[in-house]
Amino acid sequence: MERRDFLKAALGGSAAAVCSVGMAQARPNLEPAEEAVGMLFDSTLCVGCKACVAKCKEVNSRVPAHSDPDNPWDSARDLSADTFNVIKVYRSGKAVNKDRIKDGFCFEKRSCMHCVDPGCVSACPTTSMRRDPKTGIVTHHPDSCIGCRNCMVACPYNVPQFDYNKVFGSIHKCQMCNQSGVERINNGQMTGCAEVCPTGATLFGSRKALLAEAKRRMTLKSGEVYTYPRGDVSKPDSMHEKTVPNYQKHIWGEKEAGGTNVMHISAIPFDQLGMPPLEERSAASVSETVQHTLYSYLALPAIALAGLTYVVKRNTDHDDDEGGMS
Amino acid sequence: MSAHKVLRQRLITFPFMLLLAIFLVSLYFMYQRFVVGGMGAVSNLNGGFAWGIWVVYDVVIGTALACGGYALAITVYVMNRGQYHPLMRPAILTSLLGYALGGFGAFFDMGKFWQFYEIFLPWNWNFNSVMLEVGLCVATYILILTIEFAPAFLERIGSKKLLRSLNKVLFLFIALGILLPTMHQSSLGSLLISMGHKVDPLWQTWHFQPLLAILSALIMGFSIVVFEASLTTAGLHQDDENTLLVGLGRIIKWLLVAFVVIRIGVLAGQGKLGLIFAGGSSSLFFIVEMALFILPIFLLMVPGANRNASQLLVAAVCMLFAGAAYRFDAFLITFNPGPGYTYFPSAPEIMITLGIISLEIMLYLFFVKKLPVLHGAKHA
Ligand code: SF4
Ligand code: SF4
Repeated sequence: MERRDFLKAALGGSAAAVCSVGMAQARPNLEPAEEAVGMLFDSTLCVGCKACVAKCKEVNSRVPAHSDPDNPWDSARDLSADTFNVIKVYRSGKAVNKDRIKDGFCFEKRSCMHCVDPGCVSACPTTSMRRDPKTGIVTHHPDSCIGCRNCMVACPYNVPQFDYNKVFGSIHKCQMCNQSGVERINNGQMTGCAEVCPTGATLFGSRKALLAEAKRRMTLKSGEVYTYPRGDVSKPDSMHEKTVPNYQKHIWGEKEAGGTNVMHISAIPFDQLGMPPLEERSAASVSETVQHTLYSYLALPAIALAGLTYVVKRNTDHDDDEGGMS
Repeated sequence: MSAHKVLRQRLITFPFMLLLAIFLVSLYFMYQRFVVGGMGAVSNLNGGFAWGIWVVYDVVIGTALACGGYALAITVYVMNRGQYHPLMRPAILTSLLGYALGGFGAFFDMGKFWQFYEIFLPWNWNFNSVMLEVGLCVATYILILTIEFAPAFLERIGSKKLLRSLNKVLFLFIALGILLPTMHQSSLGSLLISMGHKVDPLWQTWHFQPLLAILSALIMGFSIVVFEASLTTAGLHQDDENTLLVGLGRIIKWLLVAFVVIRIGVLAGQGKLGLIFAGGSSSLFFIVEMALFILPIFLLMVPGANRNASQLLVAAVCMLFAGAAYRFDAFLITFNPGPGYTYFPSAPEIMITLGIISLEIMLYLFFVKKLPVLHGAKHA
């Protein structure tokens, strides 16, 4: 066979392989774990007391973050290596009406969303981010982490944080109080933040039960009275009555990028609360489809290498005086 | 014996001392980073911009600039254009240096550098991770480049026997040296896929990321060969290699056309053409970047341009900037992690990158003046 023909055949062959493999293996979004646990954050219930922030620091042995030297209390502005859960304020205009878009304000929680199809897990080269197959909780395992910070750039919510100010730093994030040594969920407890939340704004439970609760709230009419649970949605510590706000008909985390186990509902549109512009398809699923199409467990590179070796061998043998690189 | 010769010139010159000074300054900041205060002490990296110029310049762009060896290997060994062989060894040297220092940049940027070996332990491997492919593949390629460059060293110490046995199996390493960059240079593009919405829509081409990345790597690889050869010709008083370079110019022209057509075609297919003229800063960066890709096509198309050394050099520089701009724009400049995060490299961060570049040039000068790297004879 002429070399040209060979090359053409080789290229055509690998192109065909890429296409067929691509079709066979296109990876859809991951599905929620069967017994996934999560939280529902109802921004309209949050009063901004930050009890959850304090409790989170206690559970995770973190020091307070002072963004203002004159105020000695914890005034974390955003997630950091010392803050895995933070309450942010939405303000517009005069900021006097709770849960109104105009001249309004509201509180919004930021913490790991425990994605159903987590970007951090997909991107991590050393399997140092793991999604628990049973609970769906995404944990970090520093022993194998190299600190490449791909988890940070691949997280749609900028959740994992590295402590840049230490020579021997580490990646930190919320692990839903279930990291080894804490294991509140495995021990039948709920997350620290849900336990201390006085209004039930942060509610703990199974993803299914929480989603059902969120959907129920979507059907409520603004102005009527609803009895809100506190703590665990399936076995509430207590209940309280409150008039229903004007909910946005949108459960954040039901579908976004494959969905999340920590879901949010609010009276303010989520883009104004700083949530990212996500499609339903997860970036992780696209990335893994492309990667496994090109590599298909190294079959394609192996074929390519065989072809290249053949061609290179022929062409170096042509060299009269010098072999290879000499 | 070899057709390559040692460049008999003094090593310690004024430019060399200047480079040394820059490198020494960067050593101080490296000390700050590894001993005193961590990355935060010398960089502006933050929770939203976890990757700054160390990753994007030193690794993503630096290794593409080091693709000369790769691009030439394809020309010489796959397309069987033996006449380019004289350019091979200096190209392998710059590739080796570029990749080795890219590897050093990656180590430097590694948050848990004392655990770097964890990525080499098979039981840790996550086969879904693009980063795993990049890490392992780049590390292996550095080894391959070292082997490919070994003949220069063996000739110098006169180890004929080893040289002969190495030459017998070298074709295997050459083949690997073509496969590996194809893999990790395309994967560098795939890294962008997992970054999803944070990558500006004009650069987030999803499934096409690896294709555009490998094309841009080839363009930069060929350009750096032209660039270096022209510079060596000028600065080091070498024989005129222009006749060889003009042929490379022809190859590059088609690569450029392919890149531009695919880039625009993909945007059209994804319904994003309007964004080019949306008027924001992204549009501006896109237009500048595309201009840098398109201008050299015209420079290379003017009849007789191929014979004009300086025009070729201008085109090469244009393309180096084009490729670098493409990667800088996608990974850093138009990268948007969301509200509350901004990034511009700090002075120490820039100094460290400059220090690494200085070291690279110093090592290049050292090797061409101590080992038989540059081609000696006149050629057609
Ligand atoms: S929010 Fe970020 S850190 Fe948390 S699971 Fe999703 S991708 Fe991972
Ligand atoms: S920083 Fe650690 S956890 Fe994050 S992607 Fe890299 S190795 Fe994985």
